Amino acid sequence: MSSGIEVVITGLGATTPLGGDVTSTWDALLAGKSGVRPMTHDWVEKYDLPVKIASQLVVDPTEVLPRVEARRLDRSEQVAIVASRQAWADAGHDDDTVDRQRLAVIIGTGIGGAITLLTQDDLLEQQGLRKVSPLTVPMLMPNGPAAHVGLELKAQAGVHAPVSACASGAEAIAWAYRMIMSGEADVVVAGGAEACITAIPVAGFSQARTMSTRNDEPEKASRPFDTARDGFVLGEGAGVMVLERREFAEARGAKIYGRLAGIGTSADGYHITAPDPEGVGQSRAIAASLRSGGIDPSDVGHVNCHATSTQVGDVAETVAIRKAIGDHPVLTAPKGALGHLLGAAGAVEAIVTVLSIRDGIVPQTLNLENLDPAVTLDVVAGEPRKIKLEAAVNDSFGFGGHNVALAFTQA
Amino acid sequence: MSDNVLSGLAEIVEEVAGVAADDVTAEKSFVDDLDIDSLSMVEIAVQAEDKFGVKIPDDELANLKTVGDAVNYITSNK
Repeated sequence: MSSGIEVVITGLGATTPLGGDVTSTWDALLAGKSGVRPMTHDWVEKYDLPVKIASQLVVDPTEVLPRVEARRLDRSEQVAIVASRQAWADAGHDDDTVDRQRLAVIIGTGIGGAITLLTQDDLLEQQGLRKVSPLTVPMLMPNGPAAHVGLELKAQAGVHAPVSACASGAEAIAWAYRMIMSGEADVVVAGGAEACITAIPVAGFSQARTMSTRNDEPEKASRPFDTARDGFVLGEGAGVMVLERREFAEARGAKIYGRLAGIGTSADGYHITAPDPEGVGQSRAIAASLRSGGIDPSDVGHVNCHATSTQVGDVAETVAIRKAIGDHPVLTAPKGALGHLLGAAGAVEAIVTVLSIRDGIVPQTLNLENLDPAVTLDVVAGEPRKIKLEAAVNDSFGFGGHNVALAFTQA
Repeated sequence: MSDNVLSGLAEIVEEVAGVAADDVTAEKSFVDDLDIDSLSMVEIAVQAEDKFGVKIPDDELANLKTVGDAVNYITSNK
């Protein structure tokens, strides 16, 4: 870039349905494990919900956080704190490594504190005002995850919370890129957090007919690009990365996972939930990420897809990829294993993309047994594929027509 | 001062704010010594009302600076 500024990744953190940290998540993904399990919540039977499965955390955040801290946080905030602490420690930062006025936090969420909202509404209905927690608002506000992490790190360059449904986590990382490139911050802690496995989101998504009802085979329910796919599986978790201006990171001797070379964002202007089947908006975002990163499409060896296991969305994405990059990239869709982490999805999958470049390996798309004939690109199935990657793109799209593409390269 | 009220209140403070019950002694200030914020004070007051069968109106709550203040208020109003 003409500015001479580069953005690099120095720390990673996550808690997901595959593992309580980045390493265990990555290992489970490569081993072909699934995070999808039956939901045992009483409301599943109470409301006779058609969906009885979800992709649920392996390590509950209340096992990691001190009791009093956990009770003051919504579950979406708990997972944000857990992932952020991991990323911050991984980056090797301490109290003196960065001027707090040069440090920002950007953590998105799709839904926010739905569990708190519903729990407190029940208390108001059943037991009256006195029982409503004075912490209700800071627990349910969608900027809560970002605010709590920002407070803990005393970040003062800015604390932001993009809300763009299932693109929120990726948009947070795109926003971090912009802040560093524009000189507003040297270090940004960015990612996404989501924890809304509760009655109303499940009921609402069910009524929209967007979720898999393969209740008898939970581990096979999420199957992006497969002919037998029947909708996404709701998941929960958080992914956070520490991004830094390269000169700043190198000056302090930080290890560098990779580089966020470029970002692209766009909007479909097409439909509130359905993607444009021609993938026009999505392809514009992908193309913009390559352009801003100075990356030639021929150098993109891999796309980590958003593909959620829905009929229309999965195919539209491949149309967009072909349009923006060509037919050469090797694809994978981590939601086959992870389920759909909504506002955390883009962040966790961006971490997966960074590790794919670092390790030269693309995880398989779990449950891809029969490739949809409408998909005419090379999708990794069965087992991970070793491939040396110079550059890879991570796609994220959200209800509302939000499109975000992140272009990563070798360190 | 009622030891029962003090120990009951200490249990509530430990539950809400994570302060060890043994540290919740009469002379301690909720804000300055125990680092309890105004939001947690509301929770503590609601739980104390339920536990001891008292009413703690907001204008009274504002006067309860120390643990001893609270114990005395609860003891004389329950």
